[in-house]
Amino acid sequence: MDPRLSLAVGVSRLSATAIRRLGWGGGTALPGLLASLVDPAALSKLSRQLPAGCVVVAGTNGKTTTARMLATILKQAGHRVVHNRAGSNLVRGITAAIAEQSSLLGRVRGEIAVLEADEAAFPAVVRQTSPRIVLLLNLFRDQLDRYGELDTVARTWGEALTALPAASIVVNVDDPALAALTDQLASRRLTFGLAEQRCALDQLPHAADAAVCRRCGTPLTYRAAFLSHLGDYWCPGCGFERPPLDVAARAIALEGLERLSFEVAALGQQPWRVDIALSGLYNVYNALAAVAAAQALGIAPELIRAGLAATRAAFGRLERVCYRDRSLVIVLIKNPTGLNEVVRMLTSARIEAPLLILINDLDADGRDVSWLWDADLEPLAQTGSPVFTGGIRGADMALRLKYAGFPVERLRVLDDLPGALDAFVSELAPGQTGYILPTYTALLALRRALAERGVAPAFWRQ
Amino acid sequence: MELTICWLYARTMNIYGDRGNVLALAQRCRWRGIEARVIELGVGEPLEPGRYDIFFWGGGQDREQVAAAHDLQGPKGETLRCEIEEGAPLLAICGGYQLLGRFYRPQRGELLPGLGIFDAWTEAGSRRMIGNVVVESEEFGELVGFENHSGRTFLGPRARPLGRVRIGWGNNGEDKTEGCRYRNAIGCYLHGPVLPKNPQLADFLIEAALRRRYGEIALLPLDDTLERVAQSSAVRRAQATR
Ligand SMILES: [Zn+2]
Repeated sequence: MDPRLSLAVGVSRLSATAIRRLGWGGGTALPGLLASLVDPAALSKLSRQLPAGCVVVAGTNGKTTTARMLATILKQAGHRVVHNRAGSNLVRGITAAIAEQSSLLGRVRGEIAVLEADEAAFPAVVRQTSPRIVLLLNLFRDQLDRYGELDTVARTWGEALTALPAASIVVNVDDPALAALTDQLASRRLTFGLAEQRCALDQLPHAADAAVCRRCGTPLTYRAAFLSHLGDYWCPGCGFERPPLDVAARAIALEGLERLSFEVAALGQQPWRVDIALSGLYNVYNALAAVAAAQALGIAPELIRAGLAATRAAFGRLERVCYRDRSLVIVLIKNPTGLNEVVRMLTSARIEAPLLILINDLDADGRDVSWLWDADLEPLAQTGSPVFTGGIRGADMALRLKYAGFPVERLRVLDDLPGALDAFVSELAPGQTGYILPTYTALLALRRALAERGVAPAFWRQ
Repeated sequence: MELTICWLYARTMNIYGDRGNVLALAQRCRWRGIEARVIELGVGEPLEPGRYDIFFWGGGQDREQVAAAHDLQGPKGETLRCEIEEGAPLLAICGGYQLLGRFYRPQRGELLPGLGIFDAWTEAGSRRMIGNVVVESEEFGELVGFENHSGRTFLGPRARPLGRVRIGWGNNGEDKTEGCRYRNAIGCYLHGPVLPKNPQLADFLIEAALRRRYGEIALLPLDDTLERVAQSSAVRRAQATR
């Protein structure tokens, strides 16, 4: 027994319980901070105990969903999984999450950990957990006011990976920045991406970043662009191109807002199909990432398939609630790429329903709302339904839609929440469905408003 | 009538919604029945004199900024300088603004040459200046935007600032100036993007372009109710957050 570690775990668990009892929410920052004050090596000591090691999941978009999928797959395969929740993806939150699942003697009760890491915290998290597998999803221009430039993030990631000689790197090479970043680590890298022409966009969306070769600075040419800057690319300047795919998704079928399926093609395997109760191309990427990581862990296709089939949408990632006889579908939007995908989903499924877009500019949303102008909202102008905007920067959203060619007569700026929710619901006919697209803190406010009105599905507690 | 907008380094220097400025220019032309064409001009692509009516240049990351600076050392930069001297309207934000000054001095490495259209220079700083900005401009009234830069720009004796910061850091966080003005060129640190919420700036650029191409022409007024609502909500937000 390590008395210092044991004390750290005890302090973390007790303070977490106290915070919950006091009704301060599920905070993990303070317990994790206390644990690392008592024992600065707490995280590395705890993660070293895991017999099957750690998987660290990082990327701008899809961390939470992918980590959940992978954890569900591992549970299906009979493993005891330690897992951190969304929003606890800094070193402190991860420490608290593992402490929560440890005995008071400092013994971790689990075999393997699936840890979602924040972009900025990634180097510290991998340094302390020495993961067996690092799963890299994508690097988008998200909340740059928090992280500084994309190049800086890419550089610190590269340094952190080089300092991890034992880890396998499972990486989405449809992202040119990640492909370049892991190029020198090719011997221990497992690549994944889409082998599909039908999902390709006609042109690169405006939110696309990193469309410039990281090696020579020449703009990249895309044989196919799938989602933002993710695609099959090559550089006319130096010949850099998407590396061959070890695990690929093909024959992708996106079935409206409810389901998706695709075929997994991996070296030395018969192709096999996965089917998931989630929608959108970004979830194809999330599922494919989970598949690739699970394959790197040696999990059989049947178990992976079963795990994915058991995965449900996380809070605010396309969920449906009933309120006053109306159906509300809630989709979290965090950045232009996410917003583009929601617009693509609504317009491709020909959904003509009133929309409420809630934009906040608090720290967790990103204080700069100029990202609204990087999203391609022009397709919405073609639909016949009204759009309402609200939140702290609802007026900015309305203005963005006006310049996207959306008719001003069908555009209305509502108040902040909860007023915006009541006004929006009153605009819906009984039985009608409305779509609500909130940013992160607007989603929290929306959840509070719905709970006050007696609508609180059990799965918000997770 | 028709105007051609030249979007300098559109693929490589377009950060924090800068493209919204191009959208604003194009839409405000179209709503007045003026045809607007947008041509993107990248590194290595020549600038044809007299072809363009309005220039826009956004911000970018270090690497892209270096590529653009080198691209403008030569006939392309000379053409751009002549166009501006002859009254072509231009808006440059952040990285583009910095490269229209005399030089950019990075933390390490060699001086990055600018076009010297503005009597100004920029030094790399260690502190990032981030947040909502409100500027008072004698020429344009109250302007609102969002700044995000570590470069500190200083104005020389011949430079005229765009305005004075009421809320925010501005050019350098010291002298309360923000942006720079020269003939029909405007450089500033205002992302946001700046034109949709400050339509008087967009109309200034459009009017200057029309005058240059077609002679004296009165600009039709537009209904800017929503623009004003967004502008004042952004100003309130700036007051609350700084
Ligand atoms: Zn190249």
